[in-house]
Amino acid sequence: MTKTIVVTSGKGGVGKTTTSASIATGLARRGFKTVVIDFDVGLRNLDLIMGCERRVVYDLVNLVNQESSLHQTLIKDKRLENLYILPASQTRDKDALTIEGIARVMHKLKKAEFDYIICDSPAGIEKGAKMALYFADEAIVTTNPEVSSVRDSDRILGILQSESKRSKMNEDPVKEHLLITRYNPARVKDGQMLSVDDIVDLLAIPLLGIIPESPSVLESSNAGKPVILDDESEAGQAYSDAIDRLLGEAKPHRFMEVQKKGILKRIFG
Amino acid sequence: MGIFRFFRSRNEDASAKVAKDRLQVLIAHERSDRSGPDFLPMLRKDILDVIKKYVDVGDDSVSVNVEQQDACDVLELNITLPEENAGNITPSAAARKRAAERRAALSGR
Ligand SMILES: Nc1ncnc2c1ncn2[C@@H]1O[C@H](COP(=O)(O)OP(=O)(O)OP(=O)(O)O)[C@@H](O)[C@H]1O
Ligand SMILES: [Mg+2]
Repeated sequence: MTKTIVVTSGKGGVGKTTTSASIATGLARRGFKTVVIDFDVGLRNLDLIMGCERRVVYDLVNLVNQESSLHQTLIKDKRLENLYILPASQTRDKDALTIEGIARVMHKLKKAEFDYIICDSPAGIEKGAKMALYFADEAIVTTNPEVSSVRDSDRILGILQSESKRSKMNEDPVKEHLLITRYNPARVKDGQMLSVDDIVDLLAIPLLGIIPESPSVLESSNAGKPVILDDESEAGQAYSDAIDRLLGEAKPHRFMEVQKKGILKRIFG
Repeated sequence: MGIFRFFRSRNEDASAKVAKDRLQVLIAHERSDRSGPDFLPMLRKDILDVIKKYVDVGDDSVSVNVEQQDACDVLELNITLPEENAGNITPSAAARKRAAERRAALSGR
């Protein structure tokens, strides 16, 4: 059975693409055949984060318009055997995607026996974001500890509950997961930033993980290597924990407390 | 990190607390808008416009909710008047103008 998971947020720049790349990579690393789709038409970026930007030939819009085959369009990851990337197109035409067109793509991916389809949503609550979440079985709602992000997450939850395929077809609701990213325990401790408890309280959905604000995310983006592959980094470990929880394992949450930095950590971050 | 900060527990007056309180109100509001029937936001706006014809109230003074109680839906309407007017409702400028016009018309100028 193929599972479709959307990574969504409403607000822009909260870490959806970073999360999509790491979640897809993490699932592939556990042996699941996984594809990660960039739904950000016109603002392709997932290819850069996955480090396959120079191998893009065809894109999602080509595939939807049947100008290319699935085999031609999917980019096979260089590091992991069962990981594939489906890049967004750089077209300016926002109407290039339709539900019917994406339904055909989803159908092809299911026939190709993918275990997981990860959908990297664009920002906003307009058509693009609605398209990315339409086919979702589960949703990873990516939220920063900050007022506008929390509010937008709540709005996207409303859309998941009323405009996803599952809601329209009266099926079981989309399974919701809260992923708090760019968490800064020191600023939470100072009372400058919303805490994990505050956010869980407000949004009232199960917590999948807490990804700390970490310089290794930027380094990983620079290198085109999802941060989950950096086993040394806190962000990488936090994404790994999130994969365990996504697969049903109970794991205590880490990285909520201010870390006492040793001398080495203080030097090397 | 200073030693004082180390011993200080989470400051309840800190901005995160304010943020949470504001969000709590806002999110509850937005949720009720989308969980109720489609017309609720419009109904709320219309009622607000009517109230404003008579009393000076803020844009957030009207809340409209539908609640299920046993077998029936209850439409709950809440109108909050400004605090400084407690026990002494001031008519809005528009209402005062209309009243003045009415009086002028009655007294035949
Ligand atoms: N845990 C983290 N620590 C530090 N920086 C982070 C973290 N997560 C994301 N970032 C940074 O935040 C920025 C935005 O991240 P990203 O592109 O993943 O967000 P997005 O939600 O996909 O944005 P958009 O809405 O534009 O698609 C990037 O510069 C990224 O490196
Ligand atoms: Mg993105």
